Amino acid sequence: MIRLGAPAFALMLGVLVASPASAAGERLVVSLSEHRVMVTSSFVGEELVLFGGVEQDGASRPPRSGYDIVVTVTGPRQDTVTYRKERMLGIWVNADSRVFEEAPSYLAVLSNRSLDAIASSETLRRLQLGLDNIPLPQSASVNIAAAGSDDPFRVAFIRIKSSRGLYREVSNGVTFLAPGLFRASIPLPAEVQIGAYEVDVRLFGGGAPIARAPAPFEVYKSGFEQIVTNAARDHGVLYGLTTAMMALATGWFASVVFRRD
Amino acid sequence: MEIYLPIADLPVNVLVILAMGLAVGFISGMFGIGGGFLMTPLLIFLGISPAVAVASVTGHIAASSMSGAISYWRRRAIDIALCFMLLAGGIIGTAFGVWLFTFLRGIGQLDITIGLSYVLLLSIVGALMVAESVRAIIRARQGKPIELRRPGSHMWIHGLPFKLRFKRSRIYVSAIPVWAIGFIIGFAGAIMGIGGGFLLVPMLIYLLRVPTATVIGTSMVLTLVTMASATVMHAATNHLVDALLALILMVGGVTGAQFGARAGQKMRGERLRLLLGLLVLAVGIRFALNLVLAPDSLYSIRPADTDT
Repeated sequence: MIRLGAPAFALMLGVLVASPASAAGERLVVSLSEHRVMVTSSFVGEELVLFGGVEQDGASRPPRSGYDIVVTVTGPRQDTVTYRKERMLGIWVNADSRVFEEAPSYLAVLSNRSLDAIASSETLRRLQLGLDNIPLPQSASVNIAAAGSDDPFRVAFIRIKSSRGLYREVSNGVTFLAPGLFRASIPLPAEVQIGAYEVDVRLFGGGAPIARAPAPFEVYKSGFEQIVTNAARDHGVLYGLTTAMMALATGWFASVVFRRD
Repeated sequence: MEIYLPIADLPVNVLVILAMGLAVGFISGMFGIGGGFLMTPLLIFLGISPAVAVASVTGHIAASSMSGAISYWRRRAIDIALCFMLLAGGIIGTAFGVWLFTFLRGIGQLDITIGLSYVLLLSIVGALMVAESVRAIIRARQGKPIELRRPGSHMWIHGLPFKLRFKRSRIYVSAIPVWAIGFIIGFAGAIMGIGGGFLLVPMLIYLLRVPTATVIGTSMVLTLVTMASATVMHAATNHLVDALLALILMVGGVTGAQFGARAGQKMRGERLRLLLGLLVLAVGIRFALNLVLAPDSLYSIRPADTDT
């Protein structure tokens, strides 16, 4: 599951990432406060800060309505099953299920105002922006046609993810500090998955996309957490034996400490 | 004091986990049971996935039965021969349970199986214990002598072949029911994350007529071995044992168990059994309500298993 792109990330550390000049002449320059988020034993979630600026070359002029920014943060992808309970013989059991293939484990769509105000729904759909437009392909246990954005399984999936803070659409998540300078904070709850995250920053002007820039980062376990995870995954038997020995030692220790006879 | 659990992948409050370990340890020491049937639901309630909770609790039960087993060993209250025979069935039961656990998890029916097993086992065992202890208390109130039930021991179980003599327990029984009981305990332990002490003790007393003197010590050794091997098997097949979680639970558990054992010695036997019966029954009813009442949300999500 963990896709490490350490060399690539190392190159980007502390370096501003610039997108190639767009036709309109605006360039988007963005930078993250951190490129590697460390999960240690005291990890309770974190907030990354994204700074960005719009660079204009001589010819271009900002649109009268000003610039708009939409930031999409996508976490490591993972096949996720959504179950629906049904009543069977008086008890509730998981009856039906859908697999969302390669669904992002984390998804945040941050913008400086509501997405509908930034671009037409058609544009948003084409660019796959917002929780309503993100593609979530399903493979069903029962064969069904591709479901739209009002499919109950999809709605439930997004609702559950949102309730855990893993999916969110924040229409005031991006703040303009000056006409061409913006800031966005990316909240990562404690539950976030380990792996590579993509941040896609899009610049809009007058309802049309003008430029985009990527700003990837990585969430990884370090130190003790990493050792334990690797041991559990790669050396299951040895790890189990160690845990069992630990149990025996703890039990023995207690019987010695509390011995009364 | 939050700490991030490496396998459960979420932060928990160390003090809360420690307190849970202490409380469950107290109860387990008091009644001579592992307490897994209380701990697993508590962990699930904290947001830890049922699979990780079941797998990690096995380590916690191993620790508390170890500390109990040592003190019974000193008192020479363990029937090692009986233990080995129960274990022969127990190991097979555990392996089968871990296999079924993995299979059910794959088809998305693990939660319902854990839930249903809890309801059935806990309600039946709880109700039987309450009924039995209430009768005993009423008899004691009426001033009648405590009924020592050792009538001719002519149950069908005692007609089975492959008879063996267990010296310390002073019983002469067929190996078949001994293996079967071991199998059931190992199986239930692996599926439900319980040591099975609350099942094993009544079965040994009522089915095999093992005397009370050796029953708890023997049950603790069996629990210790099945739970320690369940820890290893869960770690090897499902990679879901959270060693850090288990360690915090162990430390709380073994400490609580010592105080619980002292409190338990001050209570009358039938009162103790009534309390335990009510506790077991209450947890069973709680699980039954969960299954029968309409859930808050019909939907639940889980990562698909890619490694199985």
